[in-house]
Amino acid sequence: MNSPYLAKTPSVTEIMAKVLLALIPAIAALVWFFGPAILVSLCLASATALLCEAAMLKLRKRPVTPFLMDGSALLTAWLLALSIPPMGPWWLIVTGTAFAIVIAKHLYGGLGSNPFNPAMVGYAVLIISFPVQMTQWLAPASLAQAHLDFSTILHYMFSGSLPSPLDAYTSATPLDTLKTQLHLAKPITEIMTLPIYGKMGGVGSEWVAAAYLLGGLYLLQQKIITWHVPFAFVATIFVFSGIFNLYDPALHAGPFFELAGGATMIGAFFILTDPVTGPTTPRGKLIFASGAGFLTWIIRTYGGYPDGVAFAVLLMNICVPLIDAYTQPPVFGKKK
Amino acid sequence: MRKLYHFNGGVHPPQHKSESTRHPIIKPPLPEKLVIPLHQHIGNTAKPVVSKGERVLKGQKIGRAEGYVSSAIHAPTSGTILSIEQEPVPHPSGLRDLCISLEPDGMEEWIELQPVDYLNTDPSTLRNRLRDAGVVGLGGAVFPSFIKLNPSNRKIRTLVLNGAECEPYITCDDMLMRQRAAEIVEGAKIMRHMLQADEILLGIEDNKPEAIAAMKAASGDEMEVVAVPTIYPGGGAKQLIRVLTGIEVPAGERSTDLGVQCFNVATAASVYRAVRYGEPLISRIVTIAGNVANPGNYEALIGTMIDHLILQAGKNEEENVAIMGGPMMGFDLPSVRVPLVKATNCIIVKSEKLFPKRPAPMPCIRCGRCAESCPADLQPQELYWFSKAGNFGKAQEYALFDCIECGCCSYVCPSSIPLVQFYRYAKSEIWAQEREKKASDLARIRHDFRIERIEREKREKAERLAQKSAKAGSEQE
Ligand code: SF4
Ligand code: SF4
Repeated sequence: MNSPYLAKTPSVTEIMAKVLLALIPAIAALVWFFGPAILVSLCLASATALLCEAAMLKLRKRPVTPFLMDGSALLTAWLLALSIPPMGPWWLIVTGTAFAIVIAKHLYGGLGSNPFNPAMVGYAVLIISFPVQMTQWLAPASLAQAHLDFSTILHYMFSGSLPSPLDAYTSATPLDTLKTQLHLAKPITEIMTLPIYGKMGGVGSEWVAAAYLLGGLYLLQQKIITWHVPFAFVATIFVFSGIFNLYDPALHAGPFFELAGGATMIGAFFILTDPVTGPTTPRGKLIFASGAGFLTWIIRTYGGYPDGVAFAVLLMNICVPLIDAYTQPPVFGKKK
Repeated sequence: MRKLYHFNGGVHPPQHKSESTRHPIIKPPLPEKLVIPLHQHIGNTAKPVVSKGERVLKGQKIGRAEGYVSSAIHAPTSGTILSIEQEPVPHPSGLRDLCISLEPDGMEEWIELQPVDYLNTDPSTLRNRLRDAGVVGLGGAVFPSFIKLNPSNRKIRTLVLNGAECEPYITCDDMLMRQRAAEIVEGAKIMRHMLQADEILLGIEDNKPEAIAAMKAASGDEMEVVAVPTIYPGGGAKQLIRVLTGIEVPAGERSTDLGVQCFNVATAASVYRAVRYGEPLISRIVTIAGNVANPGNYEALIGTMIDHLILQAGKNEEENVAIMGGPMMGFDLPSVRVPLVKATNCIIVKSEKLFPKRPAPMPCIRCGRCAESCPADLQPQELYWFSKAGNFGKAQEYALFDCIECGCCSYVCPSSIPLVQFYRYAKSEIWAQEREKKASDLARIRHDFRIERIEREKREKAERLAQKSAKAGSEQE
């Protein structure tokens, strides 16, 4: 054994466990407002991730138990499940998770070596390949015209057929609706009176966003993440949407809507903060997250997809080595 | 209140200091045999000046300083020289080194000591005195003190005394400050005189209130005792200089160029004894801690076997491995049958309970905790990556040699990566490469010389032949 002989640190497993724990409030909010479908897709994703992880570790001749226990595969699975419509056909989440673990994580060298956020790779693959299924979100329970019980959910997810038209339960997301309505040349003020919009974001989804924020604050308090990434990401989106909203409120949603809507909060605290695929220097984190915030806002405002977090993250992942190289803090004694 | 400065990073390991400060410094009984290594300092090995069978007196020089960077070695007590041979020494490599073994006769008979009045002695005479008295840095670096007390033409503004003692378990400086504050103050005054420094600042971590009080009481107007925040590695010379003066000494530069010089408090005390009483450095205070019944501080003769000291502290059952130094920067002794040397500030007897094995390393998840804790403001995760990949050029670009091997990064790494080991490995590889390059450069130069000589000889031969034949031709005519 060699010095230091002492250590005080949470293990990788403990870190991942705390992140998973921090997701619980948001999951609870999702169940509360949108029904239990999300639980089914979380289970499907978890099982797929663990199976794929174990298989890949075996193939790559790595010790299976310690790596399976690190919790990183489970976290990828949860983040992906929380990013896609909760009630999709079973193969949707399974394909996405398998792709995330097998291709995006293990083919790039496994834990610690993957340049792209695996969950976001999975999301990108799904939204490009299955755009229809990926935009059928559940309507908030309070707005749905019919109620889904648990067996109906299971039946739909595994057989793909529903007794009555899907539209009764699903709706486009608030961001999606905003985009289509703007295309129809409706002014924002009018769009925001649609029933799916709540006080700040969408009915229900604004509370989910608040729950992500809560979990994120817990991670900050536990020193699992630093303030740099969430702050820079949220602030950038806030500033850009704020300026454009002031400039033309009829065409641009307000900054609070951008923060409470879509994947802003889960992105800020859970996705962009993935240490493996982000920069390590404090200045690098600020640049990385501001870049992602800017891209998210651009994609939302001018791009073809309703939300931009996933693509923004992946685009910024490419820049990480460069950002890290150019943001090295000065070494002790060599400051100017 | 003095304005204190801050350095980045650092960690707060559990202190474990109270265990060994419960009773005053103990003088262990005279051991049956002393083994005194001739290389206990940075620089050249001292040259033995006694022979087997000779009787020596306490404090008699038995090894002479060789060359400029070196220091003398003395008999810690009176007795007979048993042998001058290669013996196991406390070094991580486990290699043997030249040692003088001495059988004490129990008389404790001193040589004639020659005190000096330092105020009426010029600094160069004082420096020779310290070199002859074998005074070296006792904080662990064991650099010959006389060299550091030569300001040349540089103006030294501040003399920093290091009483921070930031490593867990170690309390030898703490006890010294509590019990012998006056000696430290007197030593510091001699150092100030030699350096012509304007002020003396003594930094002590604020977890040692007794030492702070004792030093404050003893120092009068001679120096300022400053309580510094307790944080590891706040007792690193560079970190302490930064905290006290705001000056950052870059790697590879001397603090004296920036007007500061730094000494450990125990060094100051031994400077005092060497000058005021003429006593050479033949003993030191060492903390014996960890898995022993009665942890404490012992004033032990240099050359005392470590296991003799562990026995004094109440050896516990299973133990047979010990750390020399603190738990953050120390190393495993190859065995406890090695002698105490001038660098031995602490011996920690290990146990599975005190130092549980760390789990197997996982891949780096780039969490950045290591960078946050690095007092040298490095990017340990990048250094690790480059060192592991054998990309030593890149590692040097990322300031590998600014790493002070404090271990903070490994301490906080959630993947349990033994980061410091990778840096030590990378550094030693780079040194080896440089040696090899020097050797091959030398070989190339030699080779070039040889080729040139052969060519020259050929040329000369041809010229001689040509001359000869020309002469022969002319004679023929
Ligand atoms: S602390 Fe360990 S896991 Fe984290 S970045 Fe440093 S080396 Fe990697
Ligand atoms: S051992 Fe080196 S890299 Fe690690 S924290 Fe200390 S100075 Fe920094």
